[in-house]
Amino acid sequence: MAEKPFNDTAYEQFLNKEKIMGSKCKKCGALALPPRPICVSCFSSEMEWVQFKGIGKLAAFTSITVAPPYMAKEGFNRNNPYVVGVVELEEGVKTVARIIGVDARQPEYIKVGTPLKAEFHEKREGTETQMLLAFKP
Amino acid sequence: MRKRKLSRGAAVVGGGLTKLGLFKDRNCKDFFAEAFVEMADSIDKGFNPRDIDAIYVGNYSNDFFVNQSHWGPIIADLLGHVPKPVTRTEGACASSALAFREGVLAIASGLYDIVLVGGFEQMSRRTTEEVAEGLAMASSPYEVAAGFTFPGVFGTMATAYFAKYGADREALFNVTIKSHNNAPLNPKAQFPMTIRDFMNARIEKCRKKGEPVPEWRDEKDFLRDPIVNPPVAWPMHLFDCCPISDGASCLLLVAEDIAKNFTDDPIYLAGMGQGSSYSFHAKKNLTSYEATRYAAKEAFEMSGLTSKDIQFSEVHDCFSIAEIVHMEDLGFFKPGEGYKAVAGGLTRLDGSIPINTSGGLKTKGHPVGATGVAQLCEVWLQLRGQAGKRQVQNSNLRVGAAHNLGGTGGTCTFTILERR
Ligand SMILES: [Zn+2]
Repeated sequence: MAEKPFNDTAYEQFLNKEKIMGSKCKKCGALALPPRPICVSCFSSEMEWVQFKGIGKLAAFTSITVAPPYMAKEGFNRNNPYVVGVVELEEGVKTVARIIGVDARQPEYIKVGTPLKAEFHEKREGTETQMLLAFKP
Repeated sequence: MRKRKLSRGAAVVGGGLTKLGLFKDRNCKDFFAEAFVEMADSIDKGFNPRDIDAIYVGNYSNDFFVNQSHWGPIIADLLGHVPKPVTRTEGACASSALAFREGVLAIASGLYDIVLVGGFEQMSRRTTEEVAEGLAMASSPYEVAAGFTFPGVFGTMATAYFAKYGADREALFNVTIKSHNNAPLNPKAQFPMTIRDFMNARIEKCRKKGEPVPEWRDEKDFLRDPIVNPPVAWPMHLFDCCPISDGASCLLLVAEDIAKNFTDDPIYLAGMGQGSSYSFHAKKNLTSYEATRYAAKEAFEMSGLTSKDIQFSEVHDCFSIAEIVHMEDLGFFKPGEGYKAVAGGLTRLDGSIPINTSGGLKTKGHPVGATGVAQLCEVWLQLRGQAGKRQVQNSNLRVGAAHNLGGTGGTCTFTILERR
């Protein structure tokens, strides 16, 4: 089987199999999540896949009360806000994700630095389902 | 590395800016015509529009906002500039700062002598939700997929800033109060009101309706009230966010060696820079904009000036936290000191470095494609001593600057103007 290209599509396909997959530069070892076709540290295009453990801590976050249309469809609104944030993974890279298991109505009590674990979150749209990467304490 | 210098300098000899606000019954041709006429009238010795060699106009997304793209020739047609060249630039909220930059480069190359630069946007014909969706198109795709909004990205930056430096929401209130204090002094402002004015208007409204009259101790108490200042994306609340606006701006740029043909008081370009950045999650430092730092470094190198030489500046304040972080990236204050400087009044109109004398995007308005050149209009007016009631009181006002950000920080520019 030919190796998957190091792109966003492959990243999403792996997520659907509940795997967080990024790229590792064969030349300099730099990690990227989502994967990159070209290393931005040394410009090599020789990559290999690497699986991330999905363990990290909350680096920054927001609780969104004014939801965009695609989030409103999921039922989020002024009375039902949701939290998204930047998660710093154990492996040293950051990712953006939904943060669940925290009280979105009381963001003042959510702490930067909170340890988090990945959780795969099924999102249905019509007949299609897609796995979303979420993190929870 | 070799110092980046221009082969030929450029000067601003005229400027125009529409009143900003929501004008559903007019369109961008009306706005640009209004800005152009004001610009033409501002040129001390006059000029012939036929002498304009080329036009550069910034527009972010009228394609989406009013279902019309290819705006270059519409502007050429409007101004009778046909068949000479017109080019549209796009850099999200920094679109017209890029138009200014292209104009300068065209003059510096020797190709043109007289260039019109400007920008415009019409956002009022879409609903607030649609505008939010349209603006989110300028975030990185990863941010959107995770559910981030524009205010959400800046809210996230704010929580990182709070955690790192011990600041809190109250620190952001100081930015909002400061900007609104400048607003009534700017006749072009969309919201020419202080926070006190908002408080009084609300009290008056409640009295008229026979509703209980709210009591706030002061401006901060008002901003703490979630009824009048509801959350948008924690910790960004309504009064941390710039409004949706329509408007246009333009400047006439000419080669330095012919500037005196247009006015005895041209304002010269001293330095300019432009930078880019990674998506938010790939940033090394969540409380800094590398695009801003790079743009500033370029502009300072070109001008031979440092951040200490900047006497006042427009700083992109799409959200309150952005003004604080950018001031630090531009070197006006050390990292982590920006919010203290605002609290100490240093950035007020009478402070040591007035920031956003125009009232900033928060109060003046933010028709995204027009903003970059609108900021430069303010710097140009201030340096000529023509800023009216908001004129910076300094008998030796010589160097001012404008910082413009596009998207969630993907494009940033810094431009320094000087009076010689
Ligand atoms: Zn590498």
